Amino acid sequence: MGRKLLLEHANIEGIASYDVYRKNGGYRSVEKALKTMTPDEVVEEVKKSGLRGRGGAGFPTGMKWSFLAKPEGVPRYLLCNADESEPGTFKDRYLMEKIPHLLIEGMITSSFALGANQSYIYIRGEYMYVLRILEKAIAEAYANGWLGKNILGSGYNLDLAVSPGAGAYICGEETALIESLEGKRGNPRIKPPFPAVKGLWGCPTVVNNVETIAAVVPIVNDGGDEYAKIGIGKSTGTKLISASGNIRKPGVYEIELGISVDEFLNSEEWCGGMKNGKRLKACVPGGSSVPILPHFLVTKTAAGEDRLMSYESLADGGFATGSMLGSGGFIVYDEDQCIVRNTWNFTRFYHHESCGQCSPCREGTGWMEKVLHRLEYGHGKMEDIDLLWDIQRKIEGNTICPLGDAAAWPVAAAIRHFREEFEWHVNEPQACMQRNYGLVAEKVFAPASV
Amino acid sequence: MSAETTHSQIAFPQETLAEVNRILGLFPEDNKKSALLRVLHIAQAEFGWLDVPVMDYVARLLHINPVEVYEVATFYSMYDTKPVGKVKLEVCRTGPCMIEGAEKIVKYIEDKLGIKDGETTADGVFTLKTVECLGACGYAPMLQAGEQFHEHLTEEKVDALIEKYRANPRANYMGM
Ligand SMILES: Cc1cc2nc3c(=O)[nH]c(=O)nc-3n(C[C@H](O)[C@H](O)[C@H](O)COP(=O)(O)O)c2cc1C
Ligand code: SF4
Repeated sequence: MGRKLLLEHANIEGIASYDVYRKNGGYRSVEKALKTMTPDEVVEEVKKSGLRGRGGAGFPTGMKWSFLAKPEGVPRYLLCNADESEPGTFKDRYLMEKIPHLLIEGMITSSFALGANQSYIYIRGEYMYVLRILEKAIAEAYANGWLGKNILGSGYNLDLAVSPGAGAYICGEETALIESLEGKRGNPRIKPPFPAVKGLWGCPTVVNNVETIAAVVPIVNDGGDEYAKIGIGKSTGTKLISASGNIRKPGVYEIELGISVDEFLNSEEWCGGMKNGKRLKACVPGGSSVPILPHFLVTKTAAGEDRLMSYESLADGGFATGSMLGSGGFIVYDEDQCIVRNTWNFTRFYHHESCGQCSPCREGTGWMEKVLHRLEYGHGKMEDIDLLWDIQRKIEGNTICPLGDAAAWPVAAAIRHFREEFEWHVNEPQACMQRNYGLVAEKVFAPASV
Repeated sequence: MSAETTHSQIAFPQETLAEVNRILGLFPEDNKKSALLRVLHIAQAEFGWLDVPVMDYVARLLHINPVEVYEVATFYSMYDTKPVGKVKLEVCRTGPCMIEGAEKIVKYIEDKLGIKDGETTADGVFTLKTVECLGACGYAPMLQAGEQFHEHLTEEKVDALIEKYRANPRANYMGM
């Protein structure tokens, strides 16, 4: 059994209520920080922990916090990103629903570290019932003196509130989130200025993922060094993984970073292996935006080493033969799944979710969706595959926010690793409507030609 | 609801106004516009959908220009600026749900209710809509009705929930 820092108490009866949470050691990090530490000392512990943002990009949290501008007399804000809309990702909902006070506690301790006196949790509108759970927890925290004025007699004041989105993946991008929280359309802002300088209402702002903020609780309780002992290399601590697809035991799991992909996928403790005795075809290890891996690159790297559940190992080989840990949305595909259909499905998602500000993203995603649709339905031509390659390359890096890249990468990876399956759709337009291509040939890895 | 072209009587009941005031109180004095998305959710729950008179009413409550409300209401996919049924059945169609059979569930509901994706039943009770990832990938296939998530869907489960909502269309709202 691996160590659990976030979900250790998640299955205790009544843990969503304040009393049970407190009895199980809840709010200790607030006591410790407010009574015995300075804000900078909290930031220092987070730096030492090596914690990296759990929202997808993996940026070191301590470093992000130390970039926050602190001009005199200007309020600063901490915003929690609970927009969770990346296909394959459902861990934040699990955490907030099961153990809401962990997020509230993390918000208080983190806000103290940043010197924020007003913080918000921005949650996707579809999670309205979770918003109500959080509001209840916040009310309990106020009633017990953990929020409000002069918390624990420390002189520190903090107000915390939740605010919903209304159905827009793009509002998970931090500047779009800020726009949305200001009551506007979720159009990402051009950076710089970065939120650390000009964020919510023009003030310095930090945006962190739900899981990142929750991880601050064990870091402050046990110290950054203890946290850093878990994991491997620069992938410290534990990570919530949302496991879905054709596996026996889908769900949310907390793993110690660095366990092998093979163990995660096949052991009874986690995914429990493939469902219905089918064989593995492919895996998207970090949410829909990251490159898909064909079966022979899932548990092993191109160099033949064991692939690990860590930022570095999942990225081993770059985009040629690797992928990314991303948000930890681990989607598993068996031999019956069609890669072209899946790529079309994801591309439709990005087209639907593009905010429309940049033409490469707005037009490119729609164009790719059309081309993929005709390939999937047996009307494609061989040139369409190169056309797709060309479009995705022209989107990547040419847009205001990373949604453009997120739309381009899955298409590129699908063609890179499954070109034969795309070609089969062109060559066998009848067959492709009746059955799926099956597994890629059991080939030894050869560098992709594209 | 669908027969109505536009709302005539628009005002929140007293307790809803109190809730709106509580929400306005969560934001600093000069930034009350931040409450807009939440208040639009409340207005939609109250009036069924957001037509121009409803949006104008929200603009008055928040002391902002009507156009600021229109641009938000038309940007976010949860807001309905056209009439819809009392219960929206929103089936997730994205990746993990698709490979676990979302398309079959959509077809089943279409056949059962005699409507297509995006349409409303003649009695105005149900609207079927396919939506993008709702964050329930491990419990696929799934649909959302009002605030409720219905996961691990089977045909039997769909039958049962349709019965439930037909009997009580408001069963899906937990509060304001
Ligand atoms: C299109 C897009 C969607 C995103 N969605 C989310 C999201 O739902 N949740 C999240 O935490 N981060 C999301 N991010 C990343 C955020 O912009 C930001 O990097 C993150 O919230 C920072 O928190 P962290 O450092 O704690 O990971 C998204 C980014 C992009 C470009
Ligand atoms: S890349 Fe796409 S989503 Fe991002 S700002 Fe441009 S158009 Fe909007």
